[in-house]
Amino acid sequence: MKHDTSLALEYRTEENENRILGFWLFLGAEIVLFSTLFTVFFTLSHRYGNGPTPHELFELKGVLWETFLLLTSSFTCGLAIHSMRLGLKKPMMTFFIITMLFGLGFLGVEVTEFITYVHDGATIQTSAFLSSLFTLLGTHGAHVTFGLLWGTAIMIQVKKYGIDEATANKSFIFSLYWHFLDVVWIFIFSFVYLKGLM
Amino acid sequence: MKWDEFFVTGEPMIYAADICIVLASLAIIIGLTYFKKWGYLWREWLTTVDHKKIGVMYIISALLMLFRGGVDALLMRTQLAMPNMTLLNAQHYNEIFTTHGVIMILFMAMPFIIGLMNVVVPLQIGARDVAFPRLNAVSFWLFFAGAMLFNISFVIGGSPDAGWSAYFPLASKEFSPSVGNNYYSLALQISGIGTLMTGVNFVVTILKMRAPGMTLMKMPMFTWSILITSVIIMFAFPVLTIALLLMMFDRLFGTQFFTMTNGGMDMLWANLFWVWGHPEVYIVILPAFGIYSEIISTFAKKNLYGYKSMVVSMVAISLLSFLVWAHHFYTMGMGVVGNGFFSIATMAISVPTGVKLFNWLFTLYKGRIEFTTPMLYALAFIPSFTIGGVTGVMLAIASADYQYHNTMFLVAHFHYVLIPGTVFAVIAGMHFWFPKIFGFRLNERIGKIAFWFIAISFQVAFMPLFFLGLNGMTRRMYTYSPETGFGPLNMIATIGAFGLAIGFIFLVYNIYYSFRYSPRDTTGDPWDGRSLEWATHSPVPEYNFAIIPTVDKLDAFWFAKQDKKSLFEGKKIEEIHMPNNTGGPFVLGVVFFFLGFFLVFSWWIPAIISGVVVLILLAMRSFERDHGHHIHVEEIVETEQKLRGDNA
Repeated sequence: MKHDTSLALEYRTEENENRILGFWLFLGAEIVLFSTLFTVFFTLSHRYGNGPTPHELFELKGVLWETFLLLTSSFTCGLAIHSMRLGLKKPMMTFFIITMLFGLGFLGVEVTEFITYVHDGATIQTSAFLSSLFTLLGTHGAHVTFGLLWGTAIMIQVKKYGIDEATANKSFIFSLYWHFLDVVWIFIFSFVYLKGLM
Repeated sequence: MKWDEFFVTGEPMIYAADICIVLASLAIIIGLTYFKKWGYLWREWLTTVDHKKIGVMYIISALLMLFRGGVDALLMRTQLAMPNMTLLNAQHYNEIFTTHGVIMILFMAMPFIIGLMNVVVPLQIGARDVAFPRLNAVSFWLFFAGAMLFNISFVIGGSPDAGWSAYFPLASKEFSPSVGNNYYSLALQISGIGTLMTGVNFVVTILKMRAPGMTLMKMPMFTWSILITSVIIMFAFPVLTIALLLMMFDRLFGTQFFTMTNGGMDMLWANLFWVWGHPEVYIVILPAFGIYSEIISTFAKKNLYGYKSMVVSMVAISLLSFLVWAHHFYTMGMGVVGNGFFSIATMAISVPTGVKLFNWLFTLYKGRIEFTTPMLYALAFIPSFTIGGVTGVMLAIASADYQYHNTMFLVAHFHYVLIPGTVFAVIAGMHFWFPKIFGFRLNERIGKIAFWFIAISFQVAFMPLFFLGLNGMTRRMYTYSPETGFGPLNMIATIGAFGLAIGFIFLVYNIYYSFRYSPRDTTGDPWDGRSLEWATHSPVPEYNFAIIPTVDKLDAFWFAKQDKKSLFEGKKIEEIHMPNNTGGPFVLGVVFFFLGFFLVFSWWIPAIISGVVVLILLAMRSFERDHGHHIHVEEIVETEQKLRGDNA
């Protein structure tokens, strides 16, 4: 087994290196997945049927909160990995917990927003525009939810085993995933909400 | 829901199938119990993470699905043999052409190719396994769960009946109210996720795990084709994932993606389907090109002509494959610019494909050709595939396509591409690599009988369809009147279809016969091969290579034999680290099967429970700390001696 101590902890074994490359490739597939959802959304975004238009629906306040929470969580996630590289377990855990809480906050705001939409009579069944909107946001939200479960599982492992090759590798891969969700959100913020409000 | 809505009733053929399914299941259970093979099955197969065994399981599944799809084909051909036949009614015919298409492409061609690449690629690059052996097992079990889910549809709930392309609005809840298309969306989704992971797995394997010295341009052509195929899989399959998800939402949750009201757009489905569907065609044909390259070069005893141009043309095909999807619906009214673009892009694909054909011909030129069974398939491929390709260029001409669109001409075209292209290739590949997996060759005499039946019957079955199509017979019509004059050519085609069936029976019989009577190969290199898979023993030991070979050129094994050198010189046997077997992937597959099944019938509570179980299984995997095991040097030396026959 190759064991190169000049590399960062999460890259040190051959298997770990393969895992990181594999996850980057998987993120490539995820980009295609979200691109398809965006394409569907752009295609259907002016097909309101009898349902509401984005102008009647969107409110900037909640969306700004979501953006603030998720972008900050991405930053704290980066700090967690930085602490991990320095071998500092306690700050790493703290930053991870903050990340998770901000993620949870994002999800809370998103769910409230969905409930408001449905209250206003805008459901996933109302029009093609709303079907594509809910599916795009919902797929992103489902990714965040999965990320929360996954991140929690990794935190428990870091707590249990400390920072070793296995947990460092897992944490690093999780951070890639979390940053990716942030990137997707930036596109949603710009091309769904801001464009819809223009 | 009443029981007679749950089970498909009222059709004698379905009742016969029910009885057969029950009898076959009982026979398997009793057989396994009687011969005390449950433990063997669990330990050696269901929990395996060995790429060779996973490959074998893929190939066995593919052969079973070939049988299922083949029976569908025979039923259709019998129905069409004469005018006004009443073997199948319109509904039953619709279901059968749908399942025939889906099964042959997704559950026969794909797993056959994935099976061969599982067996061969790690050996060709001198690796001990794929990059993620356990993920590989997950891929297989998800594929298998999807395939089983799709196959039970015809006895439970009803098969999908909107064609393999499942166009909307026909495939919507409104026009296809049965659960058939729910099966379609969920079964394809589950197996598609498995395929996507296979793509990621093989890109990492090929990029990171090649033997020392094997640069990208020294890789065997089959490995090259799999690298490119895996990249196409990674970019094409997420589109299918979304298309199927939206289809499921439309059918189960009443969304408005592909509906005719409230802003839905039915052609959006056709676009999404073919954005995946056309690259999919190249996912099944590029590995075939790789297989033929290996076989032609081995049995012409020459290095492959134009290696670099082979690679470049495959890359070109893979890029173009994403730019041609709309040629499947020129008649939808895209306008001149759209049709013109897709027409030219489609014709452009024939250039790199033509380069490849000429390269194979130049490889054969002045070669010392051995007419083995795999080579016969490769030689039959070249002219037949050319007919398929040339008629493809005819179809690519948008203005002329208005004449051929959705006629038997199209059906003939894609069978001319897929059968000599993919099916001949996987059969040839199976004959070629069979001795590597099992340690003996398939019988050549029976193999050649099967070949001649298949090759001739193929022409008899599909050549008439070109003329029927030009005469105006549309595809997917379940019967026709005598006045159309379609009768005689249809009869010829049906005779050809049965000839093909006879050929496949010979093929399967050959496997049985060779298991019993074929002489065992002790060299590990029965064909005088060129690439690394022939440098180890047959059957291949668990760890593939006791010593990882060192490579300095393309076909290094061939040149090492010429120069009487060894690829293993100067290295000692060391302890080998291998992954542990695990039941996790199998259990995950089972749970996914039930998740899909419950969703098909919209049984929400069991579906949610299954979904939670999936998450729990993933979490359990995350918490597991499995470091694999080590095979010690003495054990390796002992195995190697036994395989060499030193102390038999």
